[in-house]
Amino acid sequence: MTPLISNHALEIINLNKAFGGLSVTQNVSLAMRPGERRLIIGPNGAGKTTLFNQISGDLRPNSGQIKLFGTDVTQFAPYKRAHFGLSRTYQIITLFTGDTLEHNITLGLLGLRPSRWQMWRPLSFYGDLATEARRILDAVGLLHLAAHPVSDIAYGEKRRVELAMALAQRPRVLLLDEPLAGLSNTERSTVKSLIASIPRETTVIMIEHDMDTALDLAETVTLLNYGRVIVDGDRDAVIADERTREVYLGV
Amino acid sequence: MDCPLFLLLPFFAGDFYINLASQILIAAIFALSLNLLVGYGGMTSLGHASYLSVAAYISALMTSRYGLGHVSAAFISIAGTTAMAAFFGVIALRASGLGFLMITLALSQVLWGRAYRMSNVTNGDNGIAGLTRPMPFGISLDSAASFYWCALIVASFAYLMMAIFVSSSFGSSLKGVRDQPRRMAALGFNPWMIRWITFIYAGFWGGVSGLLYVYYNKYIHPTSLSTTSSAEALLGVIAGGSGTLGGPVVGAALVLLLKNYASAYIERWNMLLGLVFLFIVLVMPTGIVPGLGRLVTGLRRGSR
Repeated sequence: MTPLISNHALEIINLNKAFGGLSVTQNVSLAMRPGERRLIIGPNGAGKTTLFNQISGDLRPNSGQIKLFGTDVTQFAPYKRAHFGLSRTYQIITLFTGDTLEHNITLGLLGLRPSRWQMWRPLSFYGDLATEARRILDAVGLLHLAAHPVSDIAYGEKRRVELAMALAQRPRVLLLDEPLAGLSNTERSTVKSLIASIPRETTVIMIEHDMDTALDLAETVTLLNYGRVIVDGDRDAVIADERTREVYLGV
Repeated sequence: MDCPLFLLLPFFAGDFYINLASQILIAAIFALSLNLLVGYGGMTSLGHASYLSVAAYISALMTSRYGLGHVSAAFISIAGTTAMAAFFGVIALRASGLGFLMITLALSQVLWGRAYRMSNVTNGDNGIAGLTRPMPFGISLDSAASFYWCALIVASFAYLMMAIFVSSSFGSSLKGVRDQPRRMAALGFNPWMIRWITFIYAGFWGGVSGLLYVYYNKYIHPTSLSTTSSAEALLGVIAGGSGTLGGPVVGAALVLLLKNYASAYIERWNMLLGLVFLFIVLVMPTGIVPGLGRLVTGLRRGSR
């Protein structure tokens, strides 16, 4: 029955993580097929970001397995997972504030290229990197700010840079940690259409509290509470589920 | 723009000033290499004198004790120092921040202690004297002017190489790892490897400055391995402006000028050095070069 080549983009098997006596991930198992749009919801402290940190490798689980396209990456360092096609954004904006937008995106491009080790040639000589970075900034509508340092731009624009940096890597699996947090209504619809336009080759897993916007983007939904998977399945089924109402929607 | 001035210095300055300029060039290479760690890598090392001194000691031993020629001695010296940096890097990079600083300090203290105690090899407190300067392409470097030109060539090359290094892809990775290590790892960069390679590269240039140092002094003593030597260079980097290319050069020049002039007039010149640094840190917290740069742009804006 078990196929040799996994048909899952990301597979999480019996994942457990505890900080001292506090269990933040309890026996979590999830499977995502390539190209899936998954929304992860749950009340504050449900262990959503902790789960992301384990997938990206920032945190090591106490037990369990994480597989990317069938390869067990549980013991891989974060940078190795990036080379496996995993990319992420952060809930708390994590950009290079002193550098220009173009440089930020360039770092995103450089991360997966062998030329990142080049020591004898100025970065500015790589015209193709600059062109590509500007193309990506254009796609998120920030080309006019390319030469500005990140510290100069507005919060909503930083959120888009955060997204653009991850998209620059053309990931196979993309983790979005609250990409809409703190945005105005207009900015929200901009970012929403950006996420909607992510190519289908990319599997997108998103943590988001703004249900109105996020549900439109999702095909499947996972509800977490106290580090456990409560409900998991197709969007409409999860939303209609009694337990979702109880835990999350508070009805 | 200042190049002719540097080039022509020996034609209008006396030997004292030419020698002082040579010392500044050597200290500048040393400070530039330390700045790769401190300024661009965010790794504050308090043991950088290890690389200068070990390179100097190896060269001194190879030429005086084992009778090797200067070329092979220099090669062994630089290779040995770089290998030591690779080894020390593995140990020191287990920690970051204060832990890193303490490990680099401890490692250099071990070497300092060895240099005093292994007197059958290092001559202990007597140091190794009676060394010679090399004769590249048959040109004697014994005059102040010829040594100065040699030091100027090496220092210019070192400056150029380090300037390219920090503006390269790798340099951008290094600065990225300094500012956002977690994000850099998520983007596919290996932070440890980037820091380690930088550590080795800084050790290499530290070794180059050590070779010039021993050629200049024709003598090497354990004090060059002391914490004071490392700390002086670190102060120079910070006062001049860490994370800039001009900063370490200015800082190194400042330390040497203060040392040479102030020590002629007051005995406690270290106190004066301390006061000057205190003043710089209070008035220009990011260092002289960035501080003056800001002042100039401020004045320009004001005059408009």
